[in-house]
Amino acid sequence: MPPEPTAAVAAATAPADNSRIHDIGYRHYDGTRLDRSYIRRSLFTQSLRGAYGLGRSAKSKVLPMILFAVMCLPAGIIDAVTVYTHMTKLPLEYTRYALYLQAVIGLFLAAQAPQSVSRDLRFKTVSLYFSRPMERIDYVIAKYGAMAAALFILTAAPLVILYAGALLAKLDFATQTAGFGKGLLAAALLSLLFGGIGLVLAALTPRRGFGVAAVIAAFTISYGAVTSVQGVAYQQGDHAAIGWLGLFSPVTLIDGVQTWWLGARSAFVGNYGPPNAVAGTLYLLVVLGLIAGSFALLMRRYRKVGLG
Amino acid sequence: MTVIETESLTKRYPRVTALDRLTVGIQPGVTGLVGANGAGKSTLIKILLGLSPATEGTAAVLGLDVATEGPRIRALVGYMPEHDCLPPDVSATEFVVHMARMAGLPATAARERTADTLRHVGLYEERYRPIGGYSTGMKQRVKLAQALVHDPKLVLLDEPTNGLDPVGRDEMLALIRRVHIDFGISVLVTSHLLGELERTSDQIVVIDGGKLLRASSTTDFTQATASLAVEVTDTDQHPDGTRAALDAFTVAGLTVHADGHLLLVDIADESTYDTVRDAVAALGLGLIRMEQRRHRIAEIFKSNQDKEGGSRDAA
Repeated sequence: MPPEPTAAVAAATAPADNSRIHDIGYRHYDGTRLDRSYIRRSLFTQSLRGAYGLGRSAKSKVLPMILFAVMCLPAGIIDAVTVYTHMTKLPLEYTRYALYLQAVIGLFLAAQAPQSVSRDLRFKTVSLYFSRPMERIDYVIAKYGAMAAALFILTAAPLVILYAGALLAKLDFATQTAGFGKGLLAAALLSLLFGGIGLVLAALTPRRGFGVAAVIAAFTISYGAVTSVQGVAYQQGDHAAIGWLGLFSPVTLIDGVQTWWLGARSAFVGNYGPPNAVAGTLYLLVVLGLIAGSFALLMRRYRKVGLG
Repeated sequence: MTVIETESLTKRYPRVTALDRLTVGIQPGVTGLVGANGAGKSTLIKILLGLSPATEGTAAVLGLDVATEGPRIRALVGYMPEHDCLPPDVSATEFVVHMARMAGLPATAARERTADTLRHVGLYEERYRPIGGYSTGMKQRVKLAQALVHDPKLVLLDEPTNGLDPVGRDEMLALIRRVHIDFGISVLVTSHLLGELERTSDQIVVIDGGKLLRASSTTDFTQATASLAVEVTDTDQHPDGTRAALDAFTVAGLTVHADGHLLLVDIADESTYDTVRDAVAALGLGLIRMEQRRHRIAEIFKSNQDKEGGSRDAA
């Protein structure tokens, strides 16, 4: 058997100055070792904090904090206007807020998704994670959960501000609460959808720059393409096509779902949402499918990584 | 108790057989796993951590089956990869605390163990600075610290001396020795350099092409072909004492190689020492030095390979 660690004897030679460091020898750890759920939770917390630059350098706090402020600022202004002009309702629906500020959400995702996964790939830290008791699924759940939670904080915080403002302005409580609830639901769905797509794209490459570019490109190009073709359809008077076209970009998918299922007013051109129940159902199915698909793709991505 | 035990362990990839019916038992202590690049060392480590299923055969680590008890094994084992694995923008302390928590240590324990472990591997004030600014030697210490922070029963160190200068290499080897002697943790350390493991390890396992070439304790390894280094004085009678001794030894039936002023006598058995003493005394020479020399493992490895090569040629 290996020898027991030796206790130190430095005290014998130590003079009155007790500021010196004594070698107290190696101590074994016989405290608690927590299970996988704790490990998953720790990684989730660390990744969520990391998305806002907490626990990282001051420099990495700048962008997420600015974006968070930019996201919340309009809500504060809307509140102020509503209270001082004695409006009878908020000038916009809760569900519309994220759509107006989708560029901010996109930027946040583009910056933070690669931060969350590309670094581990690039610096090959993943191999250290997988040499510990956790399994691949723990890593994916923690990372996906953290990204979605970070986006939810980003999208739900301004809704909370709007809601608080609405209550201050003594708007109808029931209406506001219902609208706020729908807004939160839509924000949750958006966070899961955007987080999944963002992470899958970011995990494709260990290069952070490529990850950022890929996320921005995927969101802006698809949104640009969808809205411009919708514009063409509007010109030609094909209103059903407008509703169907929204299936092809993440932002318009969320718009379609909240229009059909949550009774929100569509932000599509001419406010034409999904044309019928089939389309409405399809919107929801595509969103859920993309969320599940993102998870599956992330699992697949990390199967190969292993110890690299 | 056996720390690692494999039985006919085989790993086949579509194109290559990485491990070929490897059967080996590894005892507590420091074990050197030696083999050229591509000999199957990293594959073996992956299987032992339960991260890659074996094609055939079985393996157990600390008595736990790698096929079914992967997570439990990984809770008790530390792993230091060969490649770089450290994010440059966090400090050693932050990083090791995080890795401790990833091994299941509660937050407070993770911090305490990190402080202890970093001190034991020899990182002091610099542990608060971002890792990106560290020297290779310091980075290797951080990698070792994250493998030790959860107080494992066994650590798997993949090429820990890679990229280090001779001084750094010696320091790392001394540290590895301490991991066993002072910390009581068994070590499996891989290297493609045989010489350095010879000084550090209690046992050596040599694999080549996924096959076990040899496994035995380091003393067995080197004793088999030990030799005696003899140095003698010159006298008036024998102006070239070395030459005279060489002849006398040869006449006495010993196998001798001259190496400058040194004579290397193969030790056939115990009587060799007497023969040498008597021969030197008979010549009236002064005996300056008579010491046992171990052959370096490299030579054994080489002769093994030669034999292997020879049998391959014959086949």
